[in-house]
Amino acid sequence: MASAHPALIFDHIGMTYPNGTQAISDVTFQVRPGEFVSIVGPSGCGKSTLLKIASGLIKHTSGSVTVEEDKIGYVFQDATLLDWRTVAQNVELPAELHGIPRSERTKLAQAAIDLVGLSGFEKHYPKSLSGGMKMRASLARTLTLKPSLFLFDEPFGAVDEITREHLNEETQRLFGQERFAGLFITHSIGEAVFMSTRVHVMSARPGRIVASFDVPFDYPRNPPLRFDPAFTELSAEISSALRSAY
Amino acid sequence: MSKAVAVPANATQPANLSKPKSFARQLGETIIPPMILGCLLLVVWYMISYLVLNSTNRFLLSPPHEVWRLGFADWGNFSEILLSLWSSARVAAIGLSIAICIAMLMATIMSQSKLIEIAVFPYMVALQAIPLLAIVPLISFWFGFGQTSRVVICVLISLFPMLVNTLFGLHSASRGAHDLFTLHKASRLTRLRKLMLPAALPAIFAGLRISAGLSVIGAIVGDFFFGRGDVGIGQRLREYANELEGERLLAAVIMSCCLGIAVFLFFTWLSKASIGHWYETRSAGDD
Repeated sequence: MASAHPALIFDHIGMTYPNGTQAISDVTFQVRPGEFVSIVGPSGCGKSTLLKIASGLIKHTSGSVTVEEDKIGYVFQDATLLDWRTVAQNVELPAELHGIPRSERTKLAQAAIDLVGLSGFEKHYPKSLSGGMKMRASLARTLTLKPSLFLFDEPFGAVDEITREHLNEETQRLFGQERFAGLFITHSIGEAVFMSTRVHVMSARPGRIVASFDVPFDYPRNPPLRFDPAFTELSAEISSALRSAY
Repeated sequence: MSKAVAVPANATQPANLSKPKSFARQLGETIIPPMILGCLLLVVWYMISYLVLNSTNRFLLSPPHEVWRLGFADWGNFSEILLSLWSSARVAAIGLSIAICIAMLMATIMSQSKLIEIAVFPYMVALQAIPLLAIVPLISFWFGFGQTSRVVICVLISLFPMLVNTLFGLHSASRGAHDLFTLHKASRLTRLRKLMLPAALPAIFAGLRISAGLSVIGAIVGDFFFGRGDVGIGQRLREYANELEGERLLAAVIMSCCLGIAVFLFFTWLSKASIGHWYETRSAGDD
């Protein structure tokens, strides 16, 4: 299912801060369209730094990154909605910043809002939304420009367990439909296994990839999968790899 | 999410009614206690006028009905107060407008360059630290003894809170929101217009409320020092005091308070009307 042209190539990426702290060391992997790759690792291991390097927000110090920059969709740790804009206006923002005419971006935004199940909330302001709904709006905002590479920076860390599971199911459903390339940062193993085609385990600082696992389950994945013996077994393997990474 | 959500639960707690309190009842509960206190204060006022003071020194605190008769009910006297109040309000409004323009412009420039911010800020603090009395001679030396000097006082007194709040507001957009604009290659101007300025609005309105109040004070203080030209409420206050017209003096003081309250209410309303639909107001200490 994976096509030949990778959406993202990390080639021996290293990142050392000006103060000498080595954040990332020698990370090499690719993400192809139709692949959903998760990275799990201890806090502060440079997982998020990796995303910022991929998107060009910060510059790596060694190795090379190959990516089509204008095809990137970035889902932030917080919803980062603009409080003074309605859901619809927030979702439109990327299209607006790219100078897409109003009529077209309204259409794009509406499609994205429908896709994440926020129809009916277009005119709501963020202050009246729950944490999960804000995250959905944030997802919709990323979807508007139909990026081919999605970067998720621990997006569901701040919502409650059930909401997180719902959001996982929807992200996985979107992936099943759109078959973009996804790179997902998390420290929840269950979340990583449930959504991904592949899971990388990163070590504590300096972060590097110490183990990789293929996730064989078909899409769409259903909630009961979480209790499947194969799912639990894979989670246990990743968990033990993660333990030795600390 | 916020504590505001918990309020309705508390409000219905004492009376075990499922319906929220009627508007009339809520109004009664918030208006009646201050009214009772007001009546008590009037009683104390009368007691001082008639029991503490005797007829020879009663002019120091005339009873309320005398203040009403001479200060408010006498149209000639009252219109004199209103006219001078209007003059001071105009001075305050002009001074505040100038201060807003300068503050917004400076804050915007400072937000665009850390170097300029670092360079300018100490001087703004120094400006704030100048005792106004100390530069009164300088102001009259440069701008004369008329209305211009009063406006200058208003600008000086209201500039700093406005500037600091606007600057703080411009820096208040989250890191993530800035990253979003960076990722979509937004220009400096777009970032300012669509992110930093709207994010700054709540702080700007907070600054406006403070500065507006200060500007009113500035206009009245300015009247005392710069008495030429239009007669402001400050000049009237001094005049009534010099002429031992206690009733008119008190009426003028009360009207000055009303101006201050009106300005505060206006800016509170303006803030609510402009950003109330998206901004969650937190009361002090409720974070």
